Amino acid sequence: MIFFDHFNYWIFVILLMIGLFTVMSRTNLIKKMIGLSLFQISVFLFYISMGKIDEGTAPIVVEGAQDVVYSNPLPHVLILTAIVVGVATTALGLSLVVRIKESFGTIDEEDILAREDKA
Amino acid sequence: MEQFTDIFLMLLLVAGALSVLYVRNLFVATMLLGAVSFIMALIFVSLDAVDVAFTEAAVGAGISTVLYLGTLALVGSDEKPARRRALVPLLVSLLVGTALVYATFDMPAFGRADNPVQTHVAPRYIEESPKEIGVPNMVTSVLASYRGFDTFGEVTVIFTAGIGVLLILSQLRRRREDEADLTDGPDTDTNMDNDAAASASPAERVGSEHDLVPHVVAKLLIPFILLFALYVQFHGDFGPGGGFQAGVIFAAGFILYSLIFGLHFTRQIVSTRLVKFLLALGVVLYGGVGVVSLFLGGNFLDYNVLSADPVAGQHLGILLVELGVGITVTAAMIAIFYAFAGRAEGRGNDIN
Repeated sequence: MIFFDHFNYWIFVILLMIGLFTVMSRTNLIKKMIGLSLFQISVFLFYISMGKIDEGTAPIVVEGAQDVVYSNPLPHVLILTAIVVGVATTALGLSLVVRIKESFGTIDEEDILAREDKA
Repeated sequence: MEQFTDIFLMLLLVAGALSVLYVRNLFVATMLLGAVSFIMALIFVSLDAVDVAFTEAAVGAGISTVLYLGTLALVGSDEKPARRRALVPLLVSLLVGTALVYATFDMPAFGRADNPVQTHVAPRYIEESPKEIGVPNMVTSVLASYRGFDTFGEVTVIFTAGIGVLLILSQLRRRREDEADLTDGPDTDTNMDNDAAASASPAERVGSEHDLVPHVVAKLLIPFILLFALYVQFHGDFGPGGGFQAGVIFAAGFILYSLIFGLHFTRQIVSTRLVKFLLALGVVLYGGVGVVSLFLGGNFLDYNVLSADPVAGQHLGILLVELGVGITVTAAMIAIFYAFAGRAEGRGNDIN
């Protein structure tokens, strides 16, 4: 079935578009961070989809079994670390948002820019 | 059947993402993002990535939701309605999307065993790692041994991010004092790192003493959360799990405790000093294993030389390295939570 050949990749593209659109169109800084998270999640999906093999199983050795098809462990490793690094960097971004709120009294991009122009 | 489960989950994912985009209340958006993460974890399970699913469920649906909520407590959860029409962003997104969809037609079909990505280094990992490393979970052996240098870099990034959040959020709020708005007397924030000075009042106030049910449930749950984290840490060689997941789950136990009983009591158990020390200790442990293997005549992070038997050496090396990862991740998550929650508590003092 040709439709399923690329289905996962299309979902990745749709998610990526939603994430990108959120980052660009929303002026609220938290919303931008959420958009960035969505963008990030879409990339995770892309990598993991590439590692999947039909009829495969998780890359953990099955004792005593012959001819087991294992999915590719490499994308799993890359994404596993990326997720944890992602939350650490998100936290860094959020802490900057907190500081911006304290300095400007708002986390809306346009209000901040307006305030900057006035100053 | 499996295919339809996949399609259902994927559509749920897209619907979740769209609602995150359109909902105006940031609190709701955060909750929906957590739901999206959880659906993603389910998809990862069906794509055979059990370790990744584990991490996504713990991090995406757990810790990052807590972080967003911590931020919302400080900045408020209302989003202003958009003032301009987002035509240009829409066009750019559509353009990027179209280009990517066009590109996917050149990609090999999903799930084939002869795709280029499956024929490069992966067969070697799959065929040799059980013999070379002797660890059933290939993800662990690739993570900690074959790509150990890479993982060392990731741990350093987490360490740096933890330090960064501490630096950014533990600075005093000078502007507030200048403005001298609601504050009476010196700013109470100056006591942030000082456990003793956090007098009884915040402890009484933040702990939700009236909510008996959460108290009892949390007390029952926390030991099991911590025990499970240890299981995930040390069973990571044999099943899904490892330092990254275990670290996050371990931290989640402490975060749950401080959400229910208040930050003050958590700080009595795990002080900020201890967290900072552990944050560095994990990285040092990881790097230390590398340096020891250098002194024993191997390459950096070459665990074969750690023991007379190469496979035993690999086991030892992976165990220590994963422990280092676990310690740093735990400490980083707790440090980040302390930074956000401490700030929120300081602000609570301002208002009263």
